Amino acid sequence: MNVRAVKSIYMFEMSRWGRTLLQSILSPVISTSLYFIVFGAAIGSRISQIDGISYGAFIVPGLIMLLLLTESTSNASFGIYFPRFTGTIYEILSAPVSSFEIVLGYVGAAATKSVILGLIILATAAMFVDVRVDHPIFMFLFLVLTAVTFSLFGFIIGVWADGFERLQIIPLLVITPLTFLGGTFYSVSMLPPFWQTVTLFNPIVYLISGFRWSFYGIADVNVGVSLAMTSVFLLICLAAVWWIFKTGYRLKT
Amino acid sequence: MTSIISISGLEKTYATGFVALKGVDLEINAGEIFALLGPNGAGKTTLISNICGIVTPTAGRITVDGRDIHADYRHVRAMIGLVPQELATDMFETVLATVSFSRGLFGKPPDPALIERVLRQLSLWEKRGDKIMTLSGGMKRRVLIAKALAHEPRILFLDEPTAGVDVELRRDMWNIIRSMRDTGVTIILTTHYIEEAEEMADRIGVISNGEIILVERKDELMRKLGKKQLVLQLQSPLSALPPALASYELALAADGREIVFTYDTRADRTGITALLNDMRAAGISFSDLSTVQSSLEDIFIDLVRQSR
Repeated sequence: MNVRAVKSIYMFEMSRWGRTLLQSILSPVISTSLYFIVFGAAIGSRISQIDGISYGAFIVPGLIMLLLLTESTSNASFGIYFPRFTGTIYEILSAPVSSFEIVLGYVGAAATKSVILGLIILATAAMFVDVRVDHPIFMFLFLVLTAVTFSLFGFIIGVWADGFERLQIIPLLVITPLTFLGGTFYSVSMLPPFWQTVTLFNPIVYLISGFRWSFYGIADVNVGVSLAMTSVFLLICLAAVWWIFKTGYRLKT
Repeated sequence: MTSIISISGLEKTYATGFVALKGVDLEINAGEIFALLGPNGAGKTTLISNICGIVTPTAGRITVDGRDIHADYRHVRAMIGLVPQELATDMFETVLATVSFSRGLFGKPPDPALIERVLRQLSLWEKRGDKIMTLSGGMKRRVLIAKALAHEPRILFLDEPTAGVDVELRRDMWNIIRSMRDTGVTIILTTHYIEEAEEMADRIGVISNGEIILVERKDELMRKLGKKQLVLQLQSPLSALPPALASYELALAADGREIVFTYDTRADRTGITALLNDMRAAGISFSDLSTVQSSLEDIFIDLVRQSR
């Protein structure tokens, strides 16, 4: 294993983040704070508790997930799309590195950024509402698993995209709606029975439910099912990445 | 001389159906400067990209240092530095950061002294803290060379190193390439400038339409280039050359109506006077004479035209 290469790609990606650190951290922190002010303090004060949790606290895991999904996807997709766009990918392709090492470098860096951001948002949330974490190990496990899975997903989009618009389209048209409809702001049990069933086809429901369970011990679906679904999605992404490198899809001609 | 790169039966057909390489066989010797000469679209870049692992071959086999480029890609790629034709750079990075990155990517431990040496050699040391986007085209080209040299390759590919580069910088580039060779690096450069191949190369390969149509030592080519032909049109055709003229390098042409004498313009004596004297003694008279000289450019154009 070419550890130095993995480290080089990882550090290169992290330093790219470092250059724009302020906007990278500030903008998610500000937007999440706005959610807390609007939904937590203003509207939330008029909403009764859900499963014994104040509404402001209830939405914290969902909001962190929302951020984790969008940041992981956009970070990783941009990380691999940019070298393709500028042509510097030639160097990665001609270097003595395996595809696994390339993915480890890019996806590892994107996931790291997301986890750091997730923890920052958690700290921000704690300033507005009473947050408690019942199962910190599971909380961290879900955080890392989701960050890795969606960074892989972003990597796939970054390889697939052939323009900057395409880079934005999946996060905008798929991830954000699915996250909003995945129980970020409500409990699935609050929906009419028909929509409860429909919702179960939304993979993000399982992520948010599991993540919320690690905070408050309440869940829409069994936490084991949540973990299993997250792992399944991780495996699907891994398979897609494996296929990309095997066929050289959009990377090699 | 030992071969360091060995290519046999290399074919590449792109997904569009375009056949870029049609069964290329080529040996590159260790320590030489090899110029791959060919018109635009001949397959120069495709050939290089196949060796470097950027393009997957359709058929054929490539070995570098005796090892298969796919089975043993780590060993092979670590030996190779590639300077691409396009000025593909990380615009927002500094020169020093991007060159150091290349070294790490190729699995080499950090070596600031070496990086400094490379940057100084390429007159980039003063610019090490500058973002690449602020550099001129020629400077960006140097950055790409520095990136390729950062991991101390034993083989260096330069794809059109002087394309769009002014005369002065081109001279600089040639000096850099020569000093590289002096350290034992094998250099393969592609170009469509004949004078560049003439100036730099030990051997020249001509590629056209996806086929290597000629590989020859440059001095051999130059010897041909230095040769001239004297064509004598005879008054009456000959069926064979008379024995009295056997010592000359002669050939009969145009059904015996022409005698073609090949001579070296750079020799002390061309032998023309002696030949004409001997011809008169043998009773051969001629009605007209002309001389032709073939330049490398002529050879090149002829070859390329024939292959079409």
